[in-house]
Amino acid sequence: MAALLEADDVVKHFPVKRSLGEIATGRHPAVHAVDGISFAIESGESVGLLGESGCGKTTTGRLLLRLAVPTAGTIRFDGQDIGTLAGDDLATFRRRAQLVFQNPFEALNPRFTVLRAIAEPLVNAGVPRADHQARVVEAMRRVNLADVDQHLDKYPHQMSGGQLQRVVLARALVLEPIFLVADEPVSMLDVSVRAGILNLMRDVRQAMGLTAVYISHDLALVRYVCDRTLVMYLGKVVEDGPTEEVIRLPQHPYTQALVKAVPVPHVDQSHEPLPIKGNVPDAKNPPSGCRFRDRCPHAMARCASEEPPLREVAPRRRVACHLLAA
Amino acid sequence: MPASLEPATLPRPTPALWPRLVRAVGRAIARAAAQLRRDGFALAGVTIYTVFAVVALLADVLATHDPMEILFLPTGKLAANIRPGADFLLGTTNLGRDIYSQLIHGTRSALLVGLSAAVVVASLGTVVGLVSGYFGGRIDMVMMRFADVALSLPFLPFVIVLIGFLGASINIIIMAVALLLWPNTARVIRSQVLSLRERAYVEAARVTGASTWRIMFVHIAPNILPLSFLYGSIAIGWAILTEASVSFLGFGSANVVSWGYMLQDAFASQALSRGHFNWFIPPGLCIVLVVVAGFFISRGYEEIFFPKLRD
Repeated sequence: MAALLEADDVVKHFPVKRSLGEIATGRHPAVHAVDGISFAIESGESVGLLGESGCGKTTTGRLLLRLAVPTAGTIRFDGQDIGTLAGDDLATFRRRAQLVFQNPFEALNPRFTVLRAIAEPLVNAGVPRADHQARVVEAMRRVNLADVDQHLDKYPHQMSGGQLQRVVLARALVLEPIFLVADEPVSMLDVSVRAGILNLMRDVRQAMGLTAVYISHDLALVRYVCDRTLVMYLGKVVEDGPTEEVIRLPQHPYTQALVKAVPVPHVDQSHEPLPIKGNVPDAKNPPSGCRFRDRCPHAMARCASEEPPLREVAPRRRVACHLLAA
Repeated sequence: MPASLEPATLPRPTPALWPRLVRAVGRAIARAAAQLRRDGFALAGVTIYTVFAVVALLADVLATHDPMEILFLPTGKLAANIRPGADFLLGTTNLGRDIYSQLIHGTRSALLVGLSAAVVVASLGTVVGLVSGYFGGRIDMVMMRFADVALSLPFLPFVIVLIGFLGASINIIIMAVALLLWPNTARVIRSQVLSLRERAYVEAARVTGASTWRIMFVHIAPNILPLSFLYGSIAIGWAILTEASVSFLGFGSANVVSWGYMLQDAFASQALSRGHFNWFIPPGLCIVLVVVAGFFISRGYEEIFFPKLRD
C-alpha cells in the first residue's frame, strides 16, 4: 500500500514576544510545538497520536490539515506538498481532508441550523444548491442521526452533546473525504455517549475506507479505535508501532510511564508509584539531548549530550531512546 | 451508497435567500419586542424615537406655517415675539417666525443627521473592525493607528475647522461625526472579532474550504451585528448633539431649520433675558429627549448583546 500522507522532519515553532535583551542579542525565542517529526500513514490506516497536553499533538493535527504551515519540513498528501497548495489544488485538498473537533458545542456556529451547518462544506466546494439537501440527509443517515426531518432546522443549543458531535461528524463526511483528523473527538462528551460516538466513527471509517488520525491523551480511546499509535513527548515522536504492541510492551520509558499511569478499577490493587516525576519542561527551552531525560528513571550521561533518533527497533516499530541502541 | 429516501425526507426546495432573510429579520424584531416588554428604559427610548420619526415624516402636515416665513398679523403688523396661543402654538420669534413649525421641521434635520451619521459610523466601524481583527498584523497596525489619530482629534474644533474649509452644510457635519466616531465602533468590533476568529466553528469553516471573505461576512459578521447596531444608536445621539452645538455656535447651515439653529437664533436675540422661554426650552428639550432615547435603547439592549452572543 502506498503512503497517503508523509511527514518529513516537520517543525512548527510559534514565535513569542521578544524581550529587550533577546532583541539586543538577536535571539528569536519560540515555542517548539513540533520539533522535527517524521512518519508515513498508509491509505486506510487509523493512527493514534498519543501524548499529554502541550506535547504538540494538536499542532501536528493542524499541520496535517494545513490549518497551520510548518516552519520547516514538508507534509505530502497523496504525493503533493500541502504547504505549497493554492487555488484549485487547495480546494481539492480541502474536500479530501476533514477535521472532527474536540468540542461540538464550540465547533458549530450558533446561528446556523443543522441543515446549514452540514451544507456549508457543500457551498464551499461549489456543489449545486439543488443537491444540498439530499447530501445532507445522506450524511446524517450515515452518522445515525435518526429523525432527520426533526433535526434539520434545529439550532446547536437545542441539541445534546452526543447529537452535536454526530452533526460535526456529518459535516466532516458530507464531502466524502478520504482523510479524517479527529482531535479528542469524545473528551467533551458525557461518558455515556462516548462509546456510541467511537463505535460510529469506527464503523464509518471502515464503511468509507477512510484514513484517520485520532489525537488523544486517552490510552483507552487509542486502543479502541487505532491500529497504530505514535506517542509524542514535547514536540517529538518517541515511539511508534501497532497499538496493541505499544501498550502491551512499551519500549520507551515515557510510554511505559503512560501505560502505568492508567488507573485500574480495583480498590485493593497495590499502587506502584509512577516511575517518573515532575512536569513537562518548558517548550521554549527544551532540554538538550533527549527531551525526556530530566524525568527519565534510566537517564545516562549520553542522554544529555546526544539526542536519540527515532530508530526502527523491529519491523513497524520505532523508538527514540538510547537504551535501545544496540 | 444510494440512500433509500422515504417520502418524508425527500429534498425540500431549498428556501431562497429573501424569505430566509425576512424570517431572520422577523425573529430579530420579535426578540427585540420581547426585550422591550421587560425593559422600561428601552421601551421609553423606542417610544420617543417612534414619535419623532412620525413627526418628521408628517412635518408638512403638522406644521402650521412655513418655518422660515416672516409672518404678519391681520393688522399688517410684524408678528414678532407673540406669546403661545391658538394662532401660534409656541409663539413667534423676534422676526415673526412660527416657533412650533420650526420645531416640527427641526425634527427632520435632526433625524437626518442622526440616522445618516449612525449608518456611516456603524458600517465603517464594522468593516474596519472586521478586517483589522481578522487579518491582524500590518493591516491591523495601520488601521488602529488611523483610529488613534481620529480619537485624538478634539471633537468640536475639528468640526468647526472642517466647516471653515468646506462650508456649512448638513453633509459636512455628518461626515465629521462619522470621521470622529468610527474608531470607537471599530475598536470594540475588532476585539470581538479577535475572540470570534479563534472559535472552533471558524476553524471548521476554514477546514471545509470557506474563503476568507465568506468566513468574515458569513461566519463572523452576524455575531457582531448587534454590537454595530448598539454603536450606531449611540452615534445618533452624538450626531444630533454635534449638529446642535455647531449650529448654536453659528457655524450651521443658514437655510436649514434645526434645533441648534433655533437655539442660536434665540441666544443671539437675547431670548433668555427677555424671558421668552417658549423659544428656547422646546428645542432644548427635544435635543435632550432624542439623545437620551438613544442611550436608553442602547442601555436596554446591552442586556441582550453582551451576556451571550448566541440566541
